[in-house]
Amino acid sequence: MTTPQQDSGPIAAAFRARARGAAWPTPRHWLLAGAVAVALVLPFFLQDFLVFQLTEVMIYGLAILGLNLLTGFNGQFSVGHGAFYGLGAYVTAILMSRYEVPYYWTLPAAGGICFVVGFLFGLPALRLEGLYLALATFALAVALPQVLKFHGLEAWTGGVQGIVVDQPDAPSFLPIGEDQWLYYFTLAVVLIMFAGAANIVKSRTGRAIMAIRDHPLAATAMGINAPLYKTLTFGVSALYTGVAGALGALAVQFVAPDSFGLFLSIYLLVGLIIGGMGSLPGCLFGGLFVLYVPNLAQEVSRGLAGVVYGVIMLLVIFVMPSGAAGFTRLVVARLSRSGRREPPS
Amino acid sequence: MREASAGVLPASGQSAGCLLEVRDVALRFGGIVALDGVSFELAEGQILGLIGPNGAGKTTLFNCLSRLYTPSRGDILFEGRSLLARPAHRIAELGIARTFQNLALFPHQSVLDNVRIGAHACSSSDYLSDLLGLPWVRRQERALESGARALLELLDLGPVAHAVPEGLPLGTRKRVELARALAAHPKLLLLDEPAGGLNHEEVAELGALIGRIRSSRRMTVLLVEHHMNLVMSISDTVVALDFGRKIAEGTPAEVQRDEAVILAYLGKPRNERQ
Repeated sequence: MTTPQQDSGPIAAAFRARARGAAWPTPRHWLLAGAVAVALVLPFFLQDFLVFQLTEVMIYGLAILGLNLLTGFNGQFSVGHGAFYGLGAYVTAILMSRYEVPYYWTLPAAGGICFVVGFLFGLPALRLEGLYLALATFALAVALPQVLKFHGLEAWTGGVQGIVVDQPDAPSFLPIGEDQWLYYFTLAVVLIMFAGAANIVKSRTGRAIMAIRDHPLAATAMGINAPLYKTLTFGVSALYTGVAGALGALAVQFVAPDSFGLFLSIYLLVGLIIGGMGSLPGCLFGGLFVLYVPNLAQEVSRGLAGVVYGVIMLLVIFVMPSGAAGFTRLVVARLSRSGRREPPS
Repeated sequence: MREASAGVLPASGQSAGCLLEVRDVALRFGGIVALDGVSFELAEGQILGLIGPNGAGKTTLFNCLSRLYTPSRGDILFEGRSLLARPAHRIAELGIARTFQNLALFPHQSVLDNVRIGAHACSSSDYLSDLLGLPWVRRQERALESGARALLELLDLGPVAHAVPEGLPLGTRKRVELARALAAHPKLLLLDEPAGGLNHEEVAELGALIGRIRSSRRMTVLLVEHHMNLVMSISDTVVALDFGRKIAEGTPAEVQRDEAVILAYLGKPRNERQ
C-alpha cells in the first residue's frame, strides 16, 4: 500500500513543521516587534490629544480582550462586561481619592476584586446557556449604575456626582508630559496582559477552555473539569476588563455611574465582534472601532450620527463577517497562495 | 499501582486479570428500558466486541462507562473500584479513554491540538502557571507536543497536523479521534463504532491498527461495532445485546452460532425469542 513517494510526504511535512516551530523569529515575531517599536516612538510625533486617544484605544482593547477570553475562547456570552469595567474604575477611584493609595497599586486591587466578583458570578452562570446567560449578564449591566448611585454607598462612590481622580504624574527623571506617561504606563500594562493572554491561549488551559466552547461533552470525556474552567475563566475575564476600567479611570480622571451603563457593555461586544472572536490582535482593532467610529459618525452628520454609525457597522460586518482578524487571515492566505504554489498547511 | 488497587477488591471475587466488571447495570429513560441488567467482565489485554441490533443499548452502556449517564441499578468496577462515585470528568484520569460514534472532535482546533487535548487527563497545569508561562509548563508543552506528533505519525496523520478537522475525509477524522483517545495512555480504550462509514479497505486497515495498538501498548479494548467481519476477526470475546439484555457471550465462533443472536439479527417476532 504505502509506496516510498507516499511515505516521503508526511515525513517531509513533519520536518517542515518542526523547522517552522524551531525558527524562533517568525514573520509574526518581526511584526510584533515592529508594532511595539512604533508604539514606543509614536508619542513623540503626535499631539497630546491623539496620544490620549491612543491610550483609550489600548484601554478598550484590553477590556475587549477580557470579554474575548470569556466569549470568544470559552463560549460564554456576556452583555454586561461594562459592569466589570465600571467596577474596576470605581475601585481605582475610591482607593485613590478616599485612601490615597498610589495609582499603580490600585490596578492589582481592581483586578483582584473583579476576579472575585467575576468568579462568583460565574457560579450561577454555570446553569445558564447561551441566550439565558446573555440575559443574566444584561441584568448586571443594568444594575451597576443604580448600585453606584445608591444612597447607602454614597460615602464611597460619591453617588450621582461621581469621583474626580488625579492624573498620575510622570516620574521626575523622565522628560515627558502626563499624557505621554499615562500612554507608556498603559502600554506596559497592556503588553504584559496581552502576553499573559497569549500564554493562556496556547497552553493546556487555553486548549481546555476552547474544547469546552466547541464540544462540552467531549471535553468532559477528555477529563476536563468544565465547571471549574468556566468559573475561573469568568474570573480572569472580569479581571482583565476590570484592570482596563482602572486604567480608564486614570485616563479620564473622573468616574460617574452613567459612564458604565448598558451602552458601554454593548460597545465592548461590538468591538469584540468587529475585531474578531478568538483573536488577540483583533481586540485592539475592536478598540480602534469603539473609540473612533462614533466620532467619525458625528463628523459625517451630527443629527443622524446613530444612523451613520449603524451603516458603518453593517458595512464592516458585510465586508468582514468574521471580524478584522478573520479578514486579515483571508487576505494573507490569498496573497500567499497566489505568491507561492504551495498547498496550505 | 495496579497491585495496590488489586488489594481493594475483596467483594467481587473475580480473576486477578479482570480490568472492568459490569455488574447488573440497568437504565431507564422514562418508560423505555435502555439497559436491563447487563453483566460481563473484561480481562486485561483482551478485546471485547459488543454487538447487537440498532437500539440494543450498546452506546447507552458506553455512556454509562464514561459516566455521561448514571445507571439506575447495578455497578461498574474498574480495577476493582466503582466508577459510579466519580463525576464524568474524573473518568479519564483512571485510564479510560473513548471515541464517539458520531465523531466529537473540536472543530476549530488543529488536529495536533485535538490530540493534545486528549492528553489533558495525564498532564497537569493551572491557570496561573499557564498565564505566566512558567518553565515547567513549557517543558510539559514540549513533551505533550512530541507525544502527540508521535501518535500522528503512528496513525498517518502527520500531513494534516495543522489542519482543522472540518473538511477532512471521514476516515481521517476517525483516526484523529483514535489518536486523541490514545493520547491519554489509557488502560481501557472504548471504541464506539470505529468502522462506521468506512469502506472495505479502511475497515481492514482499522482492524490491523487496533490489533497493533493492543499488542504494542498492552491495551484493553471494548469495541462497539456493527461491522461483523471486524468484530469477529479481532475480538477475543463477544457480548451480544438485544433490547438492553445480554443474549449471548463467548468466543466469536460461539456467538456466531448462537441461536438467540441469529434470531435477534434476523428479526423473528419477539414472543418467539425466549
